[in-house]
Amino acid sequence: MTVSQQLENQPMGVVNMVPPAKRQVVLDVRNLKVYYETPTGNVRAVDDISFQIYEGEIVGLVGESGCGKTTTAMAILRLVQPPGQIVGGQILLNGVDMTSLDGRDLRAVRWSNLALIPQGAMNSLNPIMRVHDQIADVIEAHEGKQPRQVLKERILTLLRLVGLPTRVYEMYPHELSGGMKQRVCIAMAVALNPPLVIADEPTSALDVIVQRVVAQNLLDIKERLGVSMIIIGHDMGLMAQLADRVAVMYAGHMIEIAPVQQLYAAPMHPYTQLLIESIPSIKTRKPLKITEGITHDLRNPPPGCIFQGRCPHVMEICRQVRPPLTEHQPSQQVACHLYE
Amino acid sequence: MAQPLLEIRNATKIYGGGFMQRSAVTVALQNYNLTIADQPATITTIAGESGSGKSTLANAVLGFTQITSGEICYKGVNITTMNSQQQFEYRREVQAIFQDPYAVYNPFYRVKHVFDLVIKNFKMAHNQQAARELIENALNVVGLRGQEVLEKYPHQLSGGQRQRMMVARAYLLKPRLIVADEPVSMVDASLRAMILDLMLKLRDEQHISFLYITHDLSTAYQIGDQIYLLYQGSIAERGNTQQVIEEPKHPYVQLLINSIPVPDPTIRWGGESVVSLDDEQMRVNASSGCRFYNRCPHHMARCLEQMPPLYPVNGNGHEAACYLYDEQVANS
Repeated sequence: MTVSQQLENQPMGVVNMVPPAKRQVVLDVRNLKVYYETPTGNVRAVDDISFQIYEGEIVGLVGESGCGKTTTAMAILRLVQPPGQIVGGQILLNGVDMTSLDGRDLRAVRWSNLALIPQGAMNSLNPIMRVHDQIADVIEAHEGKQPRQVLKERILTLLRLVGLPTRVYEMYPHELSGGMKQRVCIAMAVALNPPLVIADEPTSALDVIVQRVVAQNLLDIKERLGVSMIIIGHDMGLMAQLADRVAVMYAGHMIEIAPVQQLYAAPMHPYTQLLIESIPSIKTRKPLKITEGITHDLRNPPPGCIFQGRCPHVMEICRQVRPPLTEHQPSQQVACHLYE
Repeated sequence: MAQPLLEIRNATKIYGGGFMQRSAVTVALQNYNLTIADQPATITTIAGESGSGKSTLANAVLGFTQITSGEICYKGVNITTMNSQQQFEYRREVQAIFQDPYAVYNPFYRVKHVFDLVIKNFKMAHNQQAARELIENALNVVGLRGQEVLEKYPHQLSGGQRQRMMVARAYLLKPRLIVADEPVSMVDASLRAMILDLMLKLRDEQHISFLYITHDLSTAYQIGDQIYLLYQGSIAERGNTQQVIEEPKHPYVQLLINSIPVPDPTIRWGGESVVSLDDEQMRVNASSGCRFYNRCPHHMARCLEQMPPLYPVNGNGHEAACYLYDEQVANS
């Protein structure tokens, strides 16, 4: 697929700040389905979702626990473990279909084209390797042996990029605080300058003050390197500060994608509305919105809309036809029958 | 003044520092004072970052850990010197709700088990019928129905349901005080509101006080009456929740409140982030002096000499442990 074709496929109006011609699709997920096999049937963890990530933007992927956020990210990285399985769809990273790659090609693509900052990244560092050895490992695995001085310079630049002091270079993970370890992981993720970084709950284990430092670090890196990011999280406050666009998932379905201002000011899907209204704030004291009900069993979802059991506006059609994700407002896509 | 429900006086908890490891001492709580009035029922928030001593405090109040010095009095009686009758009453009237609604259940038992156990241990009912009524009643308070949930196994319930069952279990014993240690941090956003609302309902309708332990100031702001902000084991600031969060006085609390991401994309993070590179490393346990010295933008020579006591600011019981407010007193 050529660049011009990619641009034609791009939905109209998603361009809010950058002129259309400059916005390239980095990642195009089409009709992705990931199922987990269980003795009592397949759990549809990700059920037919499609979305695009553009160059140099941060997309926040939000939803409650178990809605398929992490599974989506793992599918993009082709890291879904059995019993999970990608059963359908395409994941085009710069035009290359990730679902068709074999082990060797995948190893080449990971880190260099697509990096992950895992959940609880602080525990993903090797406790018996010094920080610089771990970063060097990533670089040399992809680019071959490097001259020592060049490598050292490069690692120090990376550490500076995430705001860590030079002495971290020689340290072991146990000598670092949680926030510092998290920043080492960020440095590793951007070591090979990948066009897309996926961060799974990058700040959830950190204190508020440190969270802010790490979050601003991520923003800073996006600005400087022009890297696209998918940030998974459930903290709507943090998303408001970090993301350019927000994608909301519910029970394996993508139900709304919109630019961050639009999503917070005028959420369209009833679930998003509920989500926005239930954010506790330190600015105003207000009764929080409460909804009853639990999500459907994902082994046997009902026909129609996945949110029908909790939706205050449920209609007859919602129980029969699954609403497609369509654009109702400029650049705001929503999957709901209310807007048809 | 009436007898307070719970009073903590000069509580200090030191971990480690035994014969073999004299150097490795962690002061988890230092000269901590807290009072919860008997009437009316209130929600008292204990907030602070991880490692600030919040959970140590909860464990001490529940009697899971013993404090090194100082005393914790329930209805005027020190909890370590209670007789068995008083202890029985204390164990019934002070209940707990924990952070993880998944880990508190034994997965091999039906959820009914957690209720049966407390009824048996506290001899709440003499026959099955009465026990069942008590349980149904408690479940109704939290908005659940017995026949829907009691016979299920924990994994068949949602996280919100499980956490509400824990509230019901605590309520069943007709407590006066519930220690809620991060009750909503593992519950999804849409269900969080339900648990918080339940706490308000129990406070207003059943006159149950809460010791609400959290790191999330925004939920504290929504429901809390009094707030105590901890920094490395000692109180940095305390007062009325709204007053403290709207007009924080202690430099640490100001930094903390500025760092909370505002859920509105049109408002950017306020203030400057003052955490410099090495600050996270500088959390030294200074033997004397203000613990926040290294990170504080206003630090003075005096801050190193002695730990600042709580100075009143603004009246209304609003106090901050910072020498900045000593001058105000001297000048007026």
